[in-house]
Amino acid sequence: MKIFKLIFKNALRHKLRTTLTILGISIAVIAFGLLRTVVSAWYVGVDAASANRLITRQAVSFIFPLPLSYKDKIEKIPGVTDVSYANWFGGVYKDKNQFFSRMAVDPETYFDVVPEFVVPSQELENFKKERNSCIIGADIAKLYKLKVGDQMSLEGDIYPGTWDFVIAGIYQPKFKTTDAMQMLFHWDYVNERMKVEMPGRENQVGWYVVQVGDPSKSAQISSQIDALFKNSPDETKTETERAFTQGFISAYGSIITSMNVMSWAIVGIILLVLGNTMVMAARERTREYAVLKTLGFSAKHIVGLIFGESMFISFLGGGIGLLLTFPIVAGFSQVIPKGIFPVFEIETITVVLSVGAALLIGVLASIFPIQRALGTKIVDGFRFVG
Amino acid sequence: MSEIIQIKNVSKSYWRNSLEIPVLHNITLGVEEGEFLALMGPSGSGKTTLLNLIAGIDRPSRGELSVAGTDIAKLGESALAKWRSSNVGFVFQFYNLLPVLTAYENVELPLLLTKLSKSEKKKHVEAALNIVGLGDRMKHYPKQLSGGQEQRVAIARAIVTDPVILVADEPTGDLDKNSAQEILTLMERLNKEFKKTIVMVTHDQHAAERASRLLHLDKGDLSANGKG
Repeated sequence: MKIFKLIFKNALRHKLRTTLTILGISIAVIAFGLLRTVVSAWYVGVDAASANRLITRQAVSFIFPLPLSYKDKIEKIPGVTDVSYANWFGGVYKDKNQFFSRMAVDPETYFDVVPEFVVPSQELENFKKERNSCIIGADIAKLYKLKVGDQMSLEGDIYPGTWDFVIAGIYQPKFKTTDAMQMLFHWDYVNERMKVEMPGRENQVGWYVVQVGDPSKSAQISSQIDALFKNSPDETKTETERAFTQGFISAYGSIITSMNVMSWAIVGIILLVLGNTMVMAARERTREYAVLKTLGFSAKHIVGLIFGESMFISFLGGGIGLLLTFPIVAGFSQVIPKGIFPVFEIETITVVLSVGAALLIGVLASIFPIQRALGTKIVDGFRFVG
Repeated sequence: MSEIIQIKNVSKSYWRNSLEIPVLHNITLGVEEGEFLALMGPSGSGKTTLLNLIAGIDRPSRGELSVAGTDIAKLGESALAKWRSSNVGFVFQFYNLLPVLTAYENVELPLLLTKLSKSEKKKHVEAALNIVGLGDRMKHYPKQLSGGQEQRVAIARAIVTDPVILVADEPTGDLDKNSAQEILTLMERLNKEFKKTIVMVTHDQHAAERASRLLHLDKGDLSANGKG
């Protein structure tokens, strides 16, 4: 027999209690993993942001448009290699609960500044030629079983009316973090109708996408762009795409912070659950520890027994929880609308944190029982009545 | 024969808050190698305390205490633990077997601290269990054994390392008459056949009569009585 066998037998002495503790740890690790995955999913857009893209928007708020005429001026700034623009369209496709981004873009330039949207060249050519055509992300095509040539009809809200489009192409995401849930169509198509139906709203763009040759000059170029329009009716705010996306996320800052806090609160709860089990186990075995000490087992052996049992339970619970987290997160990613979280999967850091949390919990939960077992004199241990 | 246990002017007190509770007063005692000593006395007389001091699981407040040539009062905790593992075998009133381990595993426990090979350990454990007559109960858990059998497993555990002395605290206190007789006979055999020095605390006059010497403790003072 080895000490490990005794640890194992001790851990399984109260099968129901140990099973419930392991189950509790597993569920907590699943909840921890799920929450961390949600938090990291929020930041996928930030991670996916290109280093050489700037976003120029209205200085007061993103909801106010900018004049189309700014494009030519921005293009002339040294270091700017390309400029495109887009409008947030909104609208509803079939079911208003199924969200995905719908944007009016400049067909000539947009796919040059967003090369991570990979469109077959023929489809891109067809898109550029047909004013009422659109390009959709592969995930939209998969979700709605759409193919090139199919029609899509949107019910507008920001731009009222019914808007019909023909799918000219389907883009594939270049990277895992690339959003494949966007619908892009001609800015001109929207602008022409605005001219007729809502005069005063024509020739306006939501934001400019500015490509720069050297990302290290982003700050300098941003300042130059904003200086260009200073004291004009439509002052601009230019920032990196990363900062721009981060700005969106910060609007949900309190929710994300809550999730972060909750995920660590769960770790605290697991600690209490295992701590309670270990304290009870050590208390029940006070006499046995006295026997072991009497037989010559030293402090390190007692520490090993309690620590080993604590680690055994925490790792078993943590391991089961972590293994179950993968299929559960995969299940959630099927249910969560793709437009909200384009990428919803467990990151390596979440796995590392879960394992680390299990390790930390195992260590912390054993401290008090170890202290108690070592602090109890042999003679007091024999007198102990549990 | 030489004295294997030498106790000189040993006193022991416990402290409850700031109150000193004297338990043993100036005890002086010598136990010869191969002796079977019984300690009797009323509850609270200090006999278990004296046994604990001899076994190295408690320390005297004053005095000198040498067991098997070692001044155990001067040993540190880990040295004392190591000394106990190789010099003392323990038999308790309530057996104190680990319920999750089989008879074999319980007896094997003290050997986990030795460098014996697996086969040597097996040989020692089987020999110890055969001495106590439980060679056929090796795979039984404590709850599958009678009280007498549990105590015999405990004795096997006490002798498996071939210790110099055996200390027994009320070894028959929790047993019926027949089982108690079996245990006492076994202890007599260990003393006579295997030359083990035994110090036994007991309330039972019949048990004490099996010893070669009987001492009485009363309110912390030692007095000879009857045998020896």
